Amino acid sequence: MAATIQVENLEIVGRRGKGEELPIVRNVSFSVQRGEMLALIGESGSGKTTVALSLLGHIRSGCRIAGGTIRVAGYDVTALTPHERRSMRGRVISYVAQNAGSAFNPALSIMRQVVEPALVHRILPRRELEARAVSLFRVLALPEPETIGERYPGELSGGQLQRLMAAMALMTDPEVVIFDEPTTALDVTTQIEVLAVFKEVFAERGITGVYVTHDLSVVSQIADHAVVLKDGAIRETGTVSKILFQPEDPYSQALLAAAEPRSRQTDLAKRPAQPALLDVRKLVVGYGQATSAGLPEKVIVNHVSFSVPKGGMLGVIGESGCGKSTLARAISGLQPWAAGELFLNGASLAGSVRERTPEQRRHLQLVAQNADSVLNPSKPIGKTLERVVRFYSGLKGEAATRRVNELLDMVRLSPALASRLPSELSGGQKQRINFARALAADPQIVLCDEITAALDTVVAAAILDLMKELQRDLGLSFIFITHDLHALQSICDRVAVLYAGQAVEVGPASTLGKGVHHPYTRLLHDSVPLMEPGWLEATQRRRLAEATPVTTLNPLSPDPELCCFLARCSDRVGGLCDRVPPPVLSVSQGSSVLCHLPASIRPEFLS
Amino acid sequence: MNSQLSVLIGRRFLAACTSLAFVIVTVFAITNILPGDATDALLGQGATPEAITAMRHNLGLDQPVFVRFWVWLWGVLHGEFGHSLLNGLSVADVIGPRLHNSLLLAGASAAISVPVSLFLGITSAIWKDTVYDRVISIMTLGMVSVPEFVIATTAVYVFAVRLHLLPALADVGSVHSLRQFLAAFFMPVASLALVTLAQMVRMTRAAMVDTLSAPYIEMALLKGVGPARLILVHAIPNAIGPIINAVALSLSSLLGGVVVIEVVFTYPGIAGLMVDAVSSRDVPTVQACALVFCVTYLLLTTFADIVTILSLPRGRKA
Amino acid sequence: MIVMFGKLRSKHDRAVLLIAFWILLALLGPLCSSHDPGAIGMQPVFSGPSMAHLLGTDYLGRDTLARLLNGIRHTVLLCFASTLFSCSVGTFLGIAAVTSRVWVEAVTGRLADGFLSIPSLLFALLVIAVFGTSTGALIMTMGIIYTPGAYRTSRALAQRIARLDFVTVARARGESTPYIILQEILPNMAGPMIADVGLRFIYSVLLLSNLSFLGIGVQPPEVDLGSMVRENMLGMAYGSPAMIVPVIVIAVLTVGINLALDSSSGKR
Repeated sequence: MAATIQVENLEIVGRRGKGEELPIVRNVSFSVQRGEMLALIGESGSGKTTVALSLLGHIRSGCRIAGGTIRVAGYDVTALTPHERRSMRGRVISYVAQNAGSAFNPALSIMRQVVEPALVHRILPRRELEARAVSLFRVLALPEPETIGERYPGELSGGQLQRLMAAMALMTDPEVVIFDEPTTALDVTTQIEVLAVFKEVFAERGITGVYVTHDLSVVSQIADHAVVLKDGAIRETGTVSKILFQPEDPYSQALLAAAEPRSRQTDLAKRPAQPALLDVRKLVVGYGQATSAGLPEKVIVNHVSFSVPKGGMLGVIGESGCGKSTLARAISGLQPWAAGELFLNGASLAGSVRERTPEQRRHLQLVAQNADSVLNPSKPIGKTLERVVRFYSGLKGEAATRRVNELLDMVRLSPALASRLPSELSGGQKQRINFARALAADPQIVLCDEITAALDTVVAAAILDLMKELQRDLGLSFIFITHDLHALQSICDRVAVLYAGQAVEVGPASTLGKGVHHPYTRLLHDSVPLMEPGWLEATQRRRLAEATPVTTLNPLSPDPELCCFLARCSDRVGGLCDRVPPPVLSVSQGSSVLCHLPASIRPEFLS
Repeated sequence: MNSQLSVLIGRRFLAACTSLAFVIVTVFAITNILPGDATDALLGQGATPEAITAMRHNLGLDQPVFVRFWVWLWGVLHGEFGHSLLNGLSVADVIGPRLHNSLLLAGASAAISVPVSLFLGITSAIWKDTVYDRVISIMTLGMVSVPEFVIATTAVYVFAVRLHLLPALADVGSVHSLRQFLAAFFMPVASLALVTLAQMVRMTRAAMVDTLSAPYIEMALLKGVGPARLILVHAIPNAIGPIINAVALSLSSLLGGVVVIEVVFTYPGIAGLMVDAVSSRDVPTVQACALVFCVTYLLLTTFADIVTILSLPRGRKA
Repeated sequence: MIVMFGKLRSKHDRAVLLIAFWILLALLGPLCSSHDPGAIGMQPVFSGPSMAHLLGTDYLGRDTLARLLNGIRHTVLLCFASTLFSCSVGTFLGIAAVTSRVWVEAVTGRLADGFLSIPSLLFALLVIAVFGTSTGALIMTMGIIYTPGAYRTSRALAQRIARLDFVTVARARGESTPYIILQEILPNMAGPMIADVGLRFIYSVLLLSNLSFLGIGVQPPEVDLGSMVRENMLGMAYGSPAMIVPVIVIAVLTVGINLALDSSSGKR
């Protein structure tokens, strides 16, 4: 039987501006059998999206297919007329875009867009299509399936839009569906829900598909076969279990090693308790006028307390919008806070960086998030570092140059880079320079805000190694702000879990997944995909079994004092959680948890 | 949702009122911070101090500035702009018929240039980087780069001097037939339309190109949507706001263009009047003309902004 | 001036070189002609090109080339002066709005909005009606008219840059505001601001030419490109170079700079 998708010797070239044509995709061949899901694995710039789009006969402007053939469900895609191509797209093969937030037209209602592919191909009358759409919404577990179609993209969340986009792709019952990183932009707790729904639908409808992703754990849950791409060429092809568990190509091995959750912990973590270096007490940060209670109108960080011991590494984790970055800005003195206190070495820190002493500023350094904007593009990096050296230690000339070379060496970069401009460096190199700049101050504690978020897995893993080395060699303390639980677990000894601005749990990082935790911590921990086949089903089954009868919430009580996780909590207890604000409880393994800890989640109290 | 909309429109309306206040104060202030005043212009250098005092009293110039502002504003609100320093005629009476002529000129030009430039702008965005687009781009770039009078005088040179097709001056007074009407109006209207066209085409194209590069357009393509539907259903509803904005902004060049065109063709409009008044430093006339112009401009931009707000997609209103 | 430009980014090279060329021509051009631009001789009026008068004569029989070189001087220098004024004041205010207290931004922003609600040619007419047409008044008028636009451009640029992480880090380090402005923000604004200078220079040329053409810009005995067209309008019937050449020069000046800016913005 012929494969549903058959790509042979595909070559795609493209040019940037008026430059030469460069190969983007080189001699790529693969095939997908009916009912199979193929994963296209690659990091940024590997050409995976280009390949995926070429299956639909779509080549972005400036690029062209230079050779090879693409056959999809009996169509020779490269030889189609524009009219034939149009009639194939959306009907025979459909596409789920990476960022549903921008791939939905903001000016049209959801329903109009969802039925559109079927409508333009005149598959059924509009009335029947809308009925079909509603049933798809129901299958994809969307809220209010009857009426959600009347809403507009701006009114829905990312996870909902991603599922609606899948509904749109399935409207015409296509033979092939292309998924382009459909869950990358989502928070992990949303990602797992979307993945579970997708997988159910795949199985039910026997969809043939291509799933583009950089996340190997997602691959292990979704796909049957996989292709590893690097720089536009195939490095390895095979079944998912072969690629994930016996990779042959060195690049696949490196990818896998970087993605494997592994501990970088040393015995350092088991040292006797050190005194607190940085102490955050009941910090409140927000925007707008102060209310009668003395709190800001819009509270972003809500009474957060934690401390970082000398030489310790504290991870702060939470999903987008939980207040992580605001917390970082407040600690570094860039965002004044409304209430609470901050102590460094036992001395109180002022809210504004200008009111802190030079020593305090030197001891607390910020390494900011975005490698692309973190270095002044008009200054060579040597000059950037020299400025910091001079600013803090007054070194000049020869001595300053020597110190800059020393710093470059500390972050494992060649001193020859000093004369380069930031635009000539790679993302990983920029992030290392970013570190070197913080180290130039000879700090005691370094605040790292999502420093690995924009980096490819392999590069990010190397940065984590570097952090651990610096902690060991220089006795540095770190606050590592991230949304990546694996990264956090691999280097941090303590963790603070942030939800809606509150630190719902603070405790040792090693006990995550064991013992008693805040319901959100558990949800977060369980949602991070593992590279085990069957993990997704097992987790979903466990969740269904655990789900307690849902107590009805009083919808009219958005009391800010009550638990912030109440609406999403599966362990909430009616009459308690929706009436009484949660206390801070200490649990056996040494964590403090902001929860009533009802009996259902602390079995040891039952016995 | 509707309340949100009315808040936005209310806010825009308030902003327009602030701008109006600013314009009124500026017009008054600029014409009153002169070291000398109207008496010098009226009586000349050799006037006796007594005559000047009497004159100042007659004109109310011995009053404090706030009183004068109030008196002036009160008059303006009642359509009373004072009397020309040049001939003593009521400014309002002089402006009236000329305003009608100017509005006719501007309106007719806009009626031509807006649809034509929307068509050219949108089509050249759709056929981006084709020969058609390049030709339009270069021609419009050339046209926005030369002063308005160049286009007007070139038109005169070609049509009146070389081809003898049309009169070089607009004789609006003696219109008795369609032929005369066309002869009188064609050149000024066509030149003015040409002057505003280039700017509008460029901005419309930019707005449309921007919309066409959005991810949802690519998504629509991948759904198998045809070109006509892609433009009409997916692109235009999103581009309409920016395009209206572009048109409104280009209308400021229409106002600037009116001034030049009226002078070149000695067209009896308000802008020509204003230029004459500026040359002779006839302050009350300048004030009145400037106010009329600014209010017209303000009305246009406010109208455009409100349409833009109304065209914003749901859930995207900030 | 040229030294200052020389240091800057290569992106707007062509536009910068073009402006430099015109300024040079403005400074040196009038020295190249042996004719006195004001001398009314025995020559016929509106004569065609000849060896004695390369571009013929104007409506009073003066040498067109000499007048043209003088006109270029007035147009270019006046406009450049007013552009320098508007762009430096605008940049200063724009950066001040971003880096100082909130009310500074509120006040300057409102003022700019107000000024921008008056069409530029109209504002020029209003000011000239009161202050007259001296060179100083013209420069100031055009300078003030284009300041709000330059302010908006520079404020938007500074805002974007001030939000970038490297500025955040510098602030967290405790660097002073002057250091942040001079070392971190300004160098990264230079490229786009050069483009803005070019655009505003073109606007000024267009505005001044229009004003002079209307008879309320540069006044006789001085001459600029716009007023040359005005005084030689009668020559249109004879296709006289005295009327046509200044039109061409304006077009070459503005179209050239616009094309140079356009091509560099496309290369991004």
